[in-house]
Amino acid sequence: MDYLYTFLIGGGICVIGQILMDTTKLTAPRILVIFVVSGVLLQAFNLYEPLVKLAHQGATTPLTGFGYALAKGAIDGAQKGFIGVISGAIKSTAAGVGVALTFGYLVALIFNPKSPK
Amino acid sequence: MSEDKKDYRDSNSEKRKEVSKADVAKAYEKYSGQFTPKPNYLGNSLRAFFAGGGLCAAAYFAASRLAAAGVSQKNAETYVTISIVVIAQLLTGFGVFDKIAKFAGAGVIVPISGFANSMVAPAIEYKKEGWVLGVGAKIFSVAGPVLVCGIGSATVVGLIHWLIGLF
Repeated sequence: MDYLYTFLIGGGICVIGQILMDTTKLTAPRILVIFVVSGVLLQAFNLYEPLVKLAHQGATTPLTGFGYALAKGAIDGAQKGFIGVISGAIKSTAAGVGVALTFGYLVALIFNPKSPK
Repeated sequence: MSEDKKDYRDSNSEKRKEVSKADVAKAYEKYSGQFTPKPNYLGNSLRAFFAGGGLCAAAYFAASRLAAAGVSQKNAETYVTISIVVIAQLLTGFGVFDKIAKFAGAGVIVPISGFANSMVAPAIEYKKEGWVLGVGAKIFSVAGPVLVCGIGSATVVGLIHWLIGLF
């Protein structure tokens, strides 16, 4: 049952992105920004957490989940005072962003551009 | 008198020119629209749905396997996220990610794999501009806006929560 919800919610979020890509002139970066910010805004009102409880990776793997993690970190940090707030967002996503930056840089150094065929 | 008349005519003709320019643009859009293929909405959405759902289900499977093997729930989720990032970036390096994205569309772009891909792809393209201003800067050409908007809005949300908690 968990797998079903994970599949349905995760797929559903991707379909929203696909429809945005097909029907509007939004470019991919704009769509990524829209997804992250909507994750932040949903979690600001504690609306994304139930989705995470229901669909696990189906809700956390899409970029809305990245926004959710950022907002959750900042909101949880609010209980520890000002420093907690301003460090919370980055702290909660540090592992993913850190690896993405480090490994991404390495990959970019190793590989060369592929000429389109 | 005659000069006045000339001015009036000139401004009038300029106005007409502007209007016709906008009309031309509109007409061109209509004209070119005949040749731009309409996206296959249903097919694209279905592929995005199955690819995205499949990726999420696979991530859930990996996370629950790790958790069953004794890794804490939180760490298991982090390991899975990191793995998706690493795999997506490697595939981007090999030039395979583009082919997958062409098929699956938003199914791999909306998940964290698209974010990872968006870092590496421009960084490789601009390698010629150097290791600092080429790779180092271009790695943020898409990820930068995402991080700025995400972290910025999350911090504002946190600050609002903090201020509400104070009173």
